[in-house]
Amino acid sequence: MTKALAQTPRASAEIVEMTTSVRTSPGSESGIPMVEISGLYKSYGGLEVLKGCDLVVDRGEVVVICGPSGSGKSTLIKCVNGLEPFNRGTLAVDGVTVGDRTSDMTRLRARIGMVFQHFELYPHLTVLQNICLAQVHVLKRGKVDAQAKARALLARVGLPDKEGAYPAQLSGGQQQRVAIARALAMDPVAMLFDEPTSALDPEMIGEVLAVMLELARDGMTMIVVTHEMGFARKAADRVVFMDQGAIVEIAPTQRFFDEPRAERAKLFLSRILSH
Amino acid sequence: MTITGLDFGVIEPALPFLLEGLALSFFLTAAAMLGGIVLGLALAVVRLSRWKVAAILAAGYVNGFRAIPLVLVIFWFYFLVPLALGRSVGALQSVIIAFILFEAAYYSEIFRAGLKSIRSGQWQAAYASGLGYFQALRFVILPQALRNMLPLMITQAVVLFQDTSLVYVISLRDFMTSASIVANHDNRLIETYLFAALVYFVICAIGAASARKLSTLRRAA
Repeated sequence: MTKALAQTPRASAEIVEMTTSVRTSPGSESGIPMVEISGLYKSYGGLEVLKGCDLVVDRGEVVVICGPSGSGKSTLIKCVNGLEPFNRGTLAVDGVTVGDRTSDMTRLRARIGMVFQHFELYPHLTVLQNICLAQVHVLKRGKVDAQAKARALLARVGLPDKEGAYPAQLSGGQQQRVAIARALAMDPVAMLFDEPTSALDPEMIGEVLAVMLELARDGMTMIVVTHEMGFARKAADRVVFMDQGAIVEIAPTQRFFDEPRAERAKLFLSRILSH
Repeated sequence: MTITGLDFGVIEPALPFLLEGLALSFFLTAAAMLGGIVLGLALAVVRLSRWKVAAILAAGYVNGFRAIPLVLVIFWFYFLVPLALGRSVGALQSVIIAFILFEAAYYSEIFRAGLKSIRSGQWQAAYASGLGYFQALRFVILPQALRNMLPLMITQAVVLFQDTSLVYVISLRDFMTSASIVANHDNRLIETYLFAALVYFVICAIGAASARKLSTLRRAA
């Protein structure tokens, strides 16, 4: 539970310098953290959405990011795989610098799975085709291998009989589980979840969280933006609390719930846990 | 065959002649659609891209062509293409180029609207999985956009088919010009033009109906 607590931003910046040579050995079991965010700053026009965020996520660690809406949580994780550009600061995933022109972003993205609030399955493709598309066109996997992988993952997320269905024929919970399978098909080194249950009806939240919980137990590195505090208690090693574009508190899960230090985190918890 | 003084007997012997004209109309429509779609897609992609200068140039192209009557474009290319190439090209070649360049401006607008109709999350999902820009466009965005655009593309083809009648200005013999020749030759203007109108009406009505059908199918899907 005490993984990677004490990294100061300065120390982590030095590690980035030292580890550029491991770019060629992705996914290695080396000591470098999976994700290192340092002094991340982003603004749209005059609006500051990230005001200097520091966060280090270790291999195999599960980090839950919570906070009120508009606090910059989604923006922060979308910076991790380069979907959102940022203005200042550094960000490295598995030793590869994000936002650096010399980094191969498409290759990096292929190794970071992402699950979206609104699933974003491709509506014109079947479930099987959804899961195979990037395997075939990015990883250059053969069609047979890709389909075998897809079927194995569909079984794992509890949807072995849905490979021929189109997304519109599935419930929200089923679509999100397919989306998780689609991301896992790329053999990611880390998974990002952007409010994966926020668009779901209450009775479907459980089935998606169950899949995520299993993934966490299997040792996947995960960064999860969510309001599901039950999931955070069960799966997270650490909880990150954000407010108004800043990381206000980073704490081991138990301590975050028992004795949050930041006033805003206390207030947030009292509101979210009281109903 | 005489009804209220009209004699449609002139149509039948002239049918092969009229069909030749109709074939040219169809050929021009097909060529302009094909070329226009390819060039129009490229223009739309450039306009929506991050290459600012290219986007502005593409926008200038589209807005420019849309501000000029087609008949003027046909005229221009008939005289300009030989000047630019330094040798004469046939009327048909020059008119095909004119039609493609003109139609591309309109198809580009259809593509632009179609591409913008796909929500940004689809782009993000494609990028997040490691697909590049053109892969995302080809495998994720365009198939969905095309489905949305199909009714508009057919409507545009119907307009285009009617517009092929403008080639009379450089003496090419499309369906309308053929009808006009028959009408004057046999001095049966009313009958021939009624027949021509009927042919245009039937072809365009079929096109319009299929566009309508497609758009309702799409809504149901």
